[in-house]
Amino acid sequence: MTYETPVIQIENLSKHFGKIIAVNNISFSLHARSTTALLGGNGAGKTTTISMILGLLLPTTGTIRVFDEDMLRNRYRALGRMSFSSPYIDLPQRLTVRQNLTVYAMLYGLHRIRDRLETIAEDLDLVSLMDRQYRTLSAGQKTRVMLAKSLLNEPELLLLDEPTASLDPDTADRVRDYLEAYQNRTNAAILLASHNMAEVERMCDHVLMLRQGHIEDEGSPADLIERYGRQTLEEVFLDIARNREAIA
Amino acid sequence: MSTNTSDKSSGEMRTQDRPISAQRISALVLRYVYLLIGSWPRMLELIYWPMFQLILWGFITEHLLTNSSWVAEASGVLIAAVLLWDILFRSQMGYSISFLEEMWSRNLGHLFVSPLRPYELIAGLTCISLLRTLLGVVPATLVAILLYQYSIYEIGLPLIAFFINLLVFGWALGMMITAVILRAGLGAESFAWLAVFAIAPVSAIYYPVSVLPDWLQPVAWAMPPAYIFEGMRMVLFKREFHGEFLAQAMALNILYLTIGVATFLYSFRVARQRGLLLQIGE
Repeated sequence: MTYETPVIQIENLSKHFGKIIAVNNISFSLHARSTTALLGGNGAGKTTTISMILGLLLPTTGTIRVFDEDMLRNRYRALGRMSFSSPYIDLPQRLTVRQNLTVYAMLYGLHRIRDRLETIAEDLDLVSLMDRQYRTLSAGQKTRVMLAKSLLNEPELLLLDEPTASLDPDTADRVRDYLEAYQNRTNAAILLASHNMAEVERMCDHVLMLRQGHIEDEGSPADLIERYGRQTLEEVFLDIARNREAIA
Repeated sequence: MSTNTSDKSSGEMRTQDRPISAQRISALVLRYVYLLIGSWPRMLELIYWPMFQLILWGFITEHLLTNSSWVAEASGVLIAAVLLWDILFRSQMGYSISFLEEMWSRNLGHLFVSPLRPYELIAGLTCISLLRTLLGVVPATLVAILLYQYSIYEIGLPLIAFFINLLVFGWALGMMITAVILRAGLGAESFAWLAVFAIAPVSAIYYPVSVLPDWLQPVAWAMPPAYIFEGMRMVLFKREFHGEFLAQAMALNILYLTIGVATFLYSFRVARQRGLLLQIGE
């Protein structure tokens, strides 16, 4: 794969659940060292799209290539190089943070697991939490553990579903700093689903606005704000969600 | 939180991806070991039922020894039956409950976005099932020696054959049950507890297949436990080991194991089509 080859390349992707069209013929690509946001209201198709990229959900039609691998045929060649974090999927509650991270480090085939755990615990301020059961952590602490789990394998592609949900503003800001530093160091591509428009404006160089399963509009946050004649991305989001026209 | 992220390259950290990995299977086993050692109710539950069953059937045996010539002929027949039945029961439960633990903790989504293959999950669950079966049944066999002066180990080498066949049939049942749970959600979790009892009456555990009505006997002979328990009685009553029973049990186990793996993999594919791996619930 060359540097220019997209990390993710999606063409004409659709997912139908019976008569319900969750994702409707979307195409987009994502390159190394870029951050793209998937924005849209509830039911717009964000989680369905991410699930299909991860291989948790089979598309009805279309193709998904990650690291130039066809995810319908060879997803295991790509899965070790990517990762995912979502506050809506949990980790085993009765295991300690260290035990959970050890299990996932083994699942990702890491070497020198103890060293890796020490590093990631220091990076994400988890040192004092490592021997606590996951179920005893606050929502914000769980989100940080989940992020640690998703970064264990140093992914070249990171799919994040609301990465700063449940975090206080200070911790959320530190997580964004950390992700930006991580991306600068590794050239990782990040696909982010978020309802936090300030976060998207800060972190993302490209935004895909989803509505009823299709891409209603796309562009950089600055382009979209200008095109819709608005002050913030949140206002653009509301225009699209409520089906208001862009200012020509 | 430090923004000085570590500077090892990703490739250095990971081993080469292989189609099957002992490390990934070990990770699953380790996850269950962590769960067991961190939860005394789970440990207690493992030992409680085999012990309870053993004590109950031990007293029944002591009573029947003076009232039944059949039991008197081979005093350990009921205790051996209950211990062997528990191998099947523990094996199936060990497989199904371990899978349910992943659903209860809403962890399946994370597992399947890692490089873990579905067949590695099956391999991991069978290892855990073996561990849980040994933890449950071995202490019960030792208590049988202490309380009732009956050692199931006196069966000798055939015991190994009985053990393996009952274990494998338990796995096959476990795979079919988890396939149903994967399709139907946690609303179907009671299958994990109930399914094995549905086959108990036709498994010839405590009585020979000939006791069953004629129309039910082919059903009994269509499953491995009938051959194992009939074989066990042959060893205990006549001191004879019937290899043909073992061969038939093994052949049926291969068939059921194939069906179990196929149904689980099919359900996994359906779950991916319907998005069930992310919607774990009732």
